[in-house]
Amino acid sequence: MRKNNLVSVIVIIGLIFAASIWYGRNNGLLPVAAGDEAVLYDGLFNTILGIAFGFFLVVEGVLIYSIIKFRRRKGDDTDGPAIHENLSIEIVWTAIPTVIVMWVAIYSFDVYTAMQGTQDLGGMAHGGMHQTVAKSETMPMSKATIASSNSDGVLMAGTLPAGSNDVLAINVSAMQFAWIFNYTDEIATAELHVPVGKKVRLNMNAVDVLHAFWVPQLRIKQDVIPGRETYLEFTPRVVGEYPVVCAELCGSYHGGMRTTMVIDTPEDYATWLKEQQEIASNDPDAIVASRPASVTKMSEQEYLAGKVAQAGGDMHMMHMSH
Amino acid sequence: MTQTLIPTQSSGAMGAEPQKTLWWEFFTFSVDHKIIGIQYLVTSFVFYLVGGLLASIVRAELATPDSDLVDPAFYNSLFTMHGTVMIFLWIVPAVTGGFGNYLIPLMIGARDMAFPRLNAIAFWLTIPAGMLLMSSFFFGPASTGWTAYPPLSILTNEHVGQVIWIGSILLVGTSSILAAVNFIVTIWSMRMPGMDLFSMPLFCWAMMATSVLALLATPVLAGAMVLLGFDLLIGTNFFNPTGGGDPVVYQHLFWFYSHPAVYVMVLPVFGIISEVLPPHSRKPIFGYKAIAYSSMMICFLGLFVWAHHMFTSGTPDWLRVFFMVVTLLVSVPTGIKVFSWVATLWGGKLRLESPLLFAMGFISTFLIGGLSGVMLGSTPIDIHVHDTYFVVAHFHYVLFGGSVFGIYAGLYHWFPKMTGRMLNEFWGKVHFVLTFIGMHLTFGPMHILGLQGMPRRVAQYDPQFAPINVICTIGAFVLAISTVPFVINAVYSWFKGEQAPDNPWNALTMEWTTSSPPIPHNWVGEPVLLTGPYDYGEEYKEARKEAAIAASQALT
Repeated sequence: MRKNNLVSVIVIIGLIFAASIWYGRNNGLLPVAAGDEAVLYDGLFNTILGIAFGFFLVVEGVLIYSIIKFRRRKGDDTDGPAIHENLSIEIVWTAIPTVIVMWVAIYSFDVYTAMQGTQDLGGMAHGGMHQTVAKSETMPMSKATIASSNSDGVLMAGTLPAGSNDVLAINVSAMQFAWIFNYTDEIATAELHVPVGKKVRLNMNAVDVLHAFWVPQLRIKQDVIPGRETYLEFTPRVVGEYPVVCAELCGSYHGGMRTTMVIDTPEDYATWLKEQQEIASNDPDAIVASRPASVTKMSEQEYLAGKVAQAGGDMHMMHMSH
Repeated sequence: MTQTLIPTQSSGAMGAEPQKTLWWEFFTFSVDHKIIGIQYLVTSFVFYLVGGLLASIVRAELATPDSDLVDPAFYNSLFTMHGTVMIFLWIVPAVTGGFGNYLIPLMIGARDMAFPRLNAIAFWLTIPAGMLLMSSFFFGPASTGWTAYPPLSILTNEHVGQVIWIGSILLVGTSSILAAVNFIVTIWSMRMPGMDLFSMPLFCWAMMATSVLALLATPVLAGAMVLLGFDLLIGTNFFNPTGGGDPVVYQHLFWFYSHPAVYVMVLPVFGIISEVLPPHSRKPIFGYKAIAYSSMMICFLGLFVWAHHMFTSGTPDWLRVFFMVVTLLVSVPTGIKVFSWVATLWGGKLRLESPLLFAMGFISTFLIGGLSGVMLGSTPIDIHVHDTYFVVAHFHYVLFGGSVFGIYAGLYHWFPKMTGRMLNEFWGKVHFVLTFIGMHLTFGPMHILGLQGMPRRVAQYDPQFAPINVICTIGAFVLAISTVPFVINAVYSWFKGEQAPDNPWNALTMEWTTSSPPIPHNWVGEPVLLTGPYDYGEEYKEARKEAAIAASQALT
């Protein structure tokens, strides 16, 4: 009897392990992984999901088993056994989760470091904790420091790591309810285009309120904050079109603040960039028009109406109209 | 059912005759903790129905990808008010003010709370707070989420609504602080002779932990609200970047309260579950000390996890790592509780009636919220799903599957004590089944929505998410309908239900030793502690009988 119990416990534990590992690998919950970071993310996600699924099966299994096995039988008014505690069991179920979450913490830290490229753990803040002004004072300006000023007079500055030729830097401006991507001083677009395989750095600034840049297929997100600069880095790996979503509540049409990120082949990207260059040189007003001076003073409807009229066909980020 | 209704000779009742509280006393400035407890419970339940109505409109809007049912600005107001009502006017007042006030003095053998008038003031602050918040529907209610992040909350078009919102939060916050002081003093200094800390019911431990959290964290929220109010009303620039303010500072202040607030909302419910499981499974609680200490652990760790809400806010890396580790550690004491509850059930004689069904429903759904919480605690995982429907799913599993299921378990368990009437068991089971199905139908699929790319707080979304949203909306309507059998059952049973004996569940905690409903000042004579709160089990019965005889002889 005792031996049979032991065997069935081992079999059940084995089955739970197998089910957890299988579910972790085959959950199919995440969209396509379009960036190098997304691949790392998915490995971590699937592992933690597998562990969570194992705990889920154990606890729910015991609950269902208890309902069947330990339900009160008709006419039985007695109590159960007077068991108050069992120190060894309690130590086990304290120690195992502690070890697991510590391991999860270390694994998460590793993935986080790899995803975000955090060289600045010791001192410098990630995501632009420094005000832009302070940043330009403390950082050496020599190394490929890009600085440009938009029509609001807000200094946009970001320091690229050494060897910035490998990195495509794009200045991102977020406003109610649109994204503007500034490739150079001339090229400003409503769609984000990036070439596959090349590291991209987005230097982001908000005009009015908080926004958050999110591409689900890249698994990365960063708040865009007025008055300070934040950044995101990623390496696109799968050619295609993906949604750019604003993830931080930013007003009435927050749900409509979407656009598209296109991961191009290098050739397509070069072609696209050339087209944009031509558009920009033909109509220099387009860039100015795309940068509202003071959005916050206008009502949202007024702003949107003006926005659509100015932007014309190229700026089709206003999904709310359909 | 009939077995459970056999009245037991409760040695402490000592001839106490149940006295009905007259209906109008519930509308007075009563200082009786039991009346205040019921005032809190009924008031907060009314707000639960209001919050539920708001949620139903939100889900109706989300049945289609386009923004077509309500104006998008008003949609933002709907979910803002839904969150605010559910947190500040339903769960917090119900679990602390309602159950806390009703049960704490009864469980520790006290006549009332330490400061009865303060207690009444705390309750009567929530009424103007609620009315104030509701009044904002006439002026354009706050529309910036229950988090009210600046600069949006400063630049909002619903200026008046936002100011009203701040005023309302300040009032409920004050109420919460007053109540917390009262609970700490009561539990610490008014326990009956012979009841040390480790022979109190676990609900008292939970309320202690909750009150410490509320006392330490709520003033910080109040500070944030006052500063935000200044920015809004007189144009200061604490949080407004155009004047050199820092919106991220607001987030720190806000979450310093609002993450502990989650534990304020679930710790008392953990306590309720620890009270409901033993009498209905006829076994002692498993691991009393571990559960008691884990409440204090959650209280302590809970103060150092707030920035996990800000992993995408531009927080420095070292902070993200620190908050990730502490957040993950919270799962250890929480896990201890879940395992201990499951072990309490194991080998028992489970009386599968409404209180136990809701308690087991609590464990099974809260578990899911806890596991998704571990996933969210991991910084890189959180960065992808932050501000998405995955988070919405997570906190509804914690706060609906956790708090609301636990509140229902407590209501079914203590309804006979509070009213002297039994609830109808058949409709209780119907209520449970509908709530359980509705809950998983509504919030389960939201995990997938978030992972696939649907952000939260949007009135319009990518059409690819439409089928799953339809399922969620159907689930929300099932949830809305599920409250109907409960409301009818509760109202009918209160007046016409079967008379409840003093101790219908044969439970051992002190509140069951007096009449149902208890008399003013709770006991006729001095209450006597005869058993531990969880001394169930055949082995104890003989010893208990002897102790009862000895005690009654000593009294005469």
